[in-house]
Amino acid sequence: MTAVSAETKAQIRARKKADKIRDRHANDLPRSMQPSAPVKVLTIVVLVLALIYFLFPIYWALIASTKTPHQMTASNGVWFAVGLQDLPAAIARNYNVLIDYTKGMFWRWVLNSIIYSGVSAVIGTLVSVMAGYATAKFKFRGKGVVIGIIMASMLMPAALMTIPQYSIFHMLGISDTMISIIIPCCVSPFGFFLGRVYAQSSVPDELLEAARIDGASEARIFFTIVLRLLAPAMVTIFLFLFVATWNNFLLPLMMLSKTSLQPVTLGLYGMVSLATFNERGALMMGALLGVLPVIILFLCLQRFWQAGLAAGAVKG
Amino acid sequence: MTTTTHAVAPARSAKPKRSGAAKRENRTGWAFMAPFAILFAIVFVIPIIWAIYSSFFRQVASGGGAYGGGEITNQFVGLMNFQYVVTSSRFWTGVGHVLLYTVIQVPIMIIGALALAMLLDSFIVKRVTVFRLGYFLPYAIPGVVASIIWVFLYNGQISPIVKGLAAIGIHVDFFNNSILIGSMSNITTWTFTGYNMLIFMAALQAIPHDLYEAARIDGANGFQVAMRIKLPNVRGAALLAMLLSIVGTIQLFNEPQVMATADPGIPKYFTPMMMALNTSQNTLTPGGDGPASAVAIMMALIAGVLAALYALAEKKVNE
Repeated sequence: MTAVSAETKAQIRARKKADKIRDRHANDLPRSMQPSAPVKVLTIVVLVLALIYFLFPIYWALIASTKTPHQMTASNGVWFAVGLQDLPAAIARNYNVLIDYTKGMFWRWVLNSIIYSGVSAVIGTLVSVMAGYATAKFKFRGKGVVIGIIMASMLMPAALMTIPQYSIFHMLGISDTMISIIIPCCVSPFGFFLGRVYAQSSVPDELLEAARIDGASEARIFFTIVLRLLAPAMVTIFLFLFVATWNNFLLPLMMLSKTSLQPVTLGLYGMVSLATFNERGALMMGALLGVLPVIILFLCLQRFWQAGLAAGAVKG
Repeated sequence: MTTTTHAVAPARSAKPKRSGAAKRENRTGWAFMAPFAILFAIVFVIPIIWAIYSSFFRQVASGGGAYGGGEITNQFVGLMNFQYVVTSSRFWTGVGHVLLYTVIQVPIMIIGALALAMLLDSFIVKRVTVFRLGYFLPYAIPGVVASIIWVFLYNGQISPIVKGLAAIGIHVDFFNNSILIGSMSNITTWTFTGYNMLIFMAALQAIPHDLYEAARIDGANGFQVAMRIKLPNVRGAALLAMLLSIVGTIQLFNEPQVMATADPGIPKYFTPMMMALNTSQNTLTPGGDGPASAVAIMMALIAGVLAALYALAEKKVNE
């Protein structure tokens, strides 16, 4: 009895080991398709060179953010100008320059960016998903026309809309307010498209029918059942809108004149466009601190946006 | 058959005379559609109508002396704003810049993204996550910030790239007029290649694996699989990415606007988008909403024509 179980244990262990080896090589190419050694080396060289191209500017910005204007021109461009033990002091110096230069506004700008991106992404996600659900699951008059117009607007160069938007908001007296940034950033034809594709594929009709038979109202069905099913799509749309708003430069440039309302991109641009500006190191520090929230968000929600991109690519 | 259909979905079979259920469905559908539709109208539809309307007017100061002071009045000028745009050499120079930029930048970026995606998908490298995230990282950096960083990297006094090239005997001036467009293209390519690569990787991963198996049995090598199976299967994604990139480059604004801070030689009308902005802010004459709207409308028309031409060409190639 014990001998048998011991044998099975050994067998289980052996099978596990075999599985592990098989898993590790699951993606291996069959021998006939294995590339030759030179091809392999060449591929790796190309991939690494590309990685250097994409990461070098960020690395350089990191190094530059510790330098004074003099060190910027005089020192080695790819390494710190001071010894590692003096680095905290150099960082503190540039941080103070950054805060002085922006008259204490820097973190206010970052906060503005977070408010603009966060609020418009939340509202935009909700309305996109609702509209996508409406067109995927209901018949209503004018549906075909609505879908056609929204899809056509995906090909519209959106920046061109900024000028008439400004004129209208100016007439209404709401330019130079937070609303003037948030309203245009809420609307995304791409968000609608993604919401529609997801609602078509992941909300089963039977489930809706069953809920209706049970007497649930349409609003209740949407908020308790549909939103839960559409959660992955919502994260993708949220991120997409968040980044698009964060990166928008033309809209705040036109709409806003109060420095206290500026997003961080506009604030940094204001610094470089000053004729007297020469604190490039401090500016690089501002640039890096200013993108940190977006990078953190991306890393935290990695799983979702990758899945969302996949849906967009396959259905598109 | 008919009776069951009727019982399950009365809305669908009762087309000629709308039943209560169909009416209710209509109402519910619009209720969910309404918030987006209203916002869409505010952000897209009304501004388009406004732009078309205002393009027939010009803002003229009346009453005041040479230094202004008079009232600004809207004057109907018919097609004069369009005539100004169509005959403006500034506008067409700007269009030329954008077209040249599109022709250089879009193919380089799409081909680069496709190549990187196929190399990462070829299973030659085991740890793809590092590469994937590394290539994608620039996408998280706003266009303006990316432009600022690259403008510094183009600056001969501080850039390790310019200094490094000079040390091996290559002297480049990234602000030189002959390569200025190339310098701008590089910024956009740097920002968006990783994003497009991820889309292509997603499309590649959606290819059914039995296709590879079949190819292997037929004796295809890795390169043949890439060219004959992978490439045709991501064509749809590539064409869509191309179309969206063309629409994106038409609105070229951030890169030249930031580069102009370091290079006063870049005029206020370098691209049509810059021209439209500066016209609407009265830093170019004629200024004001009317001429600015005319610039924007002309640009939208050109974008539409380009997109249509592209779609047509694509269809022709497909046949």
